[in-house]
Amino acid sequence: MRKSLLDHLLDWAGRIVLIAILAFVLLPFVVVAIASFNDGAILSFPPREWSWRWYANAFQYRDFGAGLTNSLKIAVFGATIALIAGAGFAYVLDRYEFRFKNTLNGILMSPLIIPNFTIGLGLLILSAAASLPRNLWLVVATHVVIVMPFVVRSVYVSLQNFERRFEQAAESLGGSPWHVLRTITLPLLAPGLASGGLFAAILSFNEFTASLFVVNQSTQTLPVAMYNYVREYADPTLAAVSVIYVLAVAVILLIVHKFFRLEKVLNVE
Amino acid sequence: MSSETRNDAAVQIDGVSKSFSGTVALEPIWLKIRRGEFLTLLGPSGCGKTTLLNLIAGFLEADEGELFIDRELVTQVPPHQREIGIVFQNYALFPHMTVAQNVAYGLRTRRVSKAETAERVAEALALVKLQDFADRRPRQLSGGQQQRVALARALVIRPRVLLLDEPFSALDRNLRTAMQVELREIQTRLGLTTVFVTHDQNEALSMSDRIAVMSQGRVRQIGAPDDIYDRPANLFVSTFVGDANLFDATLQGVQGGAAELIVGGAPLPVETYQEDLPEPGPVTLFVRPEQCRLTGAEEQGAVPAIVALSVYQGSYAELHLDCAAARGGRIMLRVPAAKALPAGIPVGIALPRTGPAIYAVEDADKEVA
Repeated sequence: MRKSLLDHLLDWAGRIVLIAILAFVLLPFVVVAIASFNDGAILSFPPREWSWRWYANAFQYRDFGAGLTNSLKIAVFGATIALIAGAGFAYVLDRYEFRFKNTLNGILMSPLIIPNFTIGLGLLILSAAASLPRNLWLVVATHVVIVMPFVVRSVYVSLQNFERRFEQAAESLGGSPWHVLRTITLPLLAPGLASGGLFAAILSFNEFTASLFVVNQSTQTLPVAMYNYVREYADPTLAAVSVIYVLAVAVILLIVHKFFRLEKVLNVE
Repeated sequence: MSSETRNDAAVQIDGVSKSFSGTVALEPIWLKIRRGEFLTLLGPSGCGKTTLLNLIAGFLEADEGELFIDRELVTQVPPHQREIGIVFQNYALFPHMTVAQNVAYGLRTRRVSKAETAERVAEALALVKLQDFADRRPRQLSGGQQQRVALARALVIRPRVLLLDEPFSALDRNLRTAMQVELREIQTRLGLTTVFVTHDQNEALSMSDRIAVMSQGRVRQIGAPDDIYDRPANLFVSTFVGDANLFDATLQGVQGGAAELIVGGAPLPVETYQEDLPEPGPVTLFVRPEQCRLTGAEEQGAVPAIVALSVYQGSYAELHLDCAAARGGRIMLRVPAAKALPAGIPVGIALPRTGPAIYAVEDADKEVA
């Protein structure tokens, strides 16, 4: 079948729109990546001379190393706790009918509409009132509150799409509810759970606003360390850190892809 | 109820009913499924057949009534303690396990020894001719093979009852027929009590020892396939199972065992199998297509009709006829393909004197499937 001129034009228009969207999404990163190689001590664009020295500086600056360690610890603990609690809640939400189910669901989803700085401020006030130490666990708790709704949603969607016949077949074959959960439900939900955990970890790793309220010098996360850096210095080190940051997340995603197939984890299949 | 009759029943359903948030899915139902019997629950979607199956399996809890399997009261027993095998429509094979692991699942939950498990899995796979596929994953198998695995998985636990939930509907026609024969052979050989749910009347007629025809949460008739087909108890069954030609008729009375009818203006004495006939007056006469005989338009006593359409079906042709005396103005006859007639030809239909059934008109209005 021959295409009309209009079809051709629409075809091209479509491609241009697609390229424009891609460019729009990727442009900030491209600009930052280019700026990170700027030899000059002031963040400017485009660079006149090229250098790796801001990358060396990024690795030497103590706060970034400490911040990265904190961020990784918080992401791992926060995502794990949010995954276990969130998956449990999603399961209850999917499988059981009870009073105040909607209310409970609403409360758990509320961090989606409450701004992160409110959550951070609230927990800061709360921890001060309860005389809790401002240690890493306070930051972890803050992140759990923020990322849990995403985990609940992600696992809940997996559960909604879950074929109950698998469980029924296993039950008819003599599997007790606990045995079926262990041998059928959890293994089959693994991609959904990995998805929830991965999102939680990435969200936690990127979280800045709430963290700013609850960290102190020794518990500051990488984003907070970066913010503090940029308040003092205006050199391209931050651009270099950004590039490293993006590459690190990309590597994590690649590893996940290798073990779980990303399309499945991200529910886009 | 004597203990003897209960002995005989592999599954006994005593007044079991089920509603879902106020909507009745199953009216209270009494049913005995005999040991080794192949019983089919046949009906349109929403008739309650799947609800009944889920109640027997234990996936649903009955609102009222009691359920016995092998004389044991199981109304409150959870599914994993009921010892029943199930084959689902989509087979529900565990995708993260191999064929052998799937089949072994029910043995592992029973803590059967490794040696015995291996032996029984091999035996079950041999039964369904899949010995060479033990290490495959379900997604590497064809639909027919998946179904055999599902069957082997259900049979390996030596269930007290085998439940089949529309297991053939995902297969194409040739494979379906082959699987039906194979399943029936295995079932007969093992003497396995089987409850089969389907909406396909051909499947029901060809496979069952008995059929329970269901609609609107009730069993409308239960009997052997030929009972259901030749002697439908009501208009719903007559039209849901097989093809039916319905005529508007007038019942004048019963004389010497024959019902005196007027059909299409002509008198027709009919000997029917029915014990209860409707009151004299307007009635619906039910006749199978193969009981009608095509005659010349002029023939004495024949109901006049005109050929509207002839549909070629290979070994025979379906003649769709416009007929003023028929309900809805249309009836269908099958004739040898060579005797098909073109549209517009006037013909006569000779109705049989024995075999047809007479139903009240009110029935017809509410019950035609």
